[in-house]
Amino acid sequence: MIKKTLSLAACLFLYLLPLFTTAQTTDSERKYTAYDMRSNGKIYVLTACILIILLGFILYLVRLDKKISRVEKEIK
Amino acid sequence: MRKTWWKILCVVILIYTITGGLLLPVPAREILAETIRNLYFHVCMWFGMMILFTASVVYAIKYLRSQKLAHDIYSVNFAKVGILFGVLGYSTGFIWASYTWTEYATNTQIFKEPKLLGAAIALLVYFAYLVLRGSITDMDKRARISAVYAIFAYAMLFPTIWILPRLLESLHPGKEGNPALNFKDSDSRLRMVFYPAIIGWTLLGVWITSLKIRLDFIKEKSILND
Repeated sequence: MIKKTLSLAACLFLYLLPLFTTAQTTDSERKYTAYDMRSNGKIYVLTACILIILLGFILYLVRLDKKISRVEKEIK
Repeated sequence: MRKTWWKILCVVILIYTITGGLLLPVPAREILAETIRNLYFHVCMWFGMMILFTASVVYAIKYLRSQKLAHDIYSVNFAKVGILFGVLGYSTGFIWASYTWTEYATNTQIFKEPKLLGAAIALLVYFAYLVLRGSITDMDKRARISAVYAIFAYAMLFPTIWILPRLLESLHPGKEGNPALNFKDSDSRLRMVFYPAIIGWTLLGVWITSLKIRLDFIKEKSILND
């Protein structure tokens, strides 16, 4: 049950993610100037992407670790 | 999760490596420009590979002394993850070189680059290690032969990636000594991220290895208990 709710929440989050992160481009003057995530040649965007990939891998490793721990317990 | 503290440390250091490695200031160098940040990624792969291979050879020797199959499992899994790090180091170096060396070196120079050839040979020697293991079905024989081979493979690392590239003309930095470890040479801004990065990536490798080892223990449980 908890697993289902969690995955549903994750799906919802991923679906709504673009709404939260869409950069404000209404003001065309600000569009090409450096501010927030757009500063420094958008390096922060790249950093965020790489961090998400890293955290994804780490999360996967943690889950795998827990699974193996469970199997170890079952065998004993 | 078993013994979690160093896994948390690994995650924290890696997050620091990537945020700090991409955002903190670095010395300005021509040709390299921003790719100097690859020191925290490409170079760390090779450091991680070397440390994992060292662990592998230590367990190979331990196996030969004790004849315990558990040591063989340790040895082979360290070698496997070491190979993964080596392949990642090689492919990142490939991209890095194609955008930096090509600016002043000719193709001929790149094709006969001793560091590239040496690293390729070293990795192929380790691929052969896996082929050798895969071809022997008897467990004890496999463990003994591959432990001996692991020692030879480790010994081959030194001429191929440490000695030969330093003796021959090389495009790869590091010919004049150990630039990454030389306190006078490498910039303190780089070292602030570089040293933790080595630890972080190596811990990640050890984590993956520990999972593989535990999985193998589960698989081979009946044999190990005898």
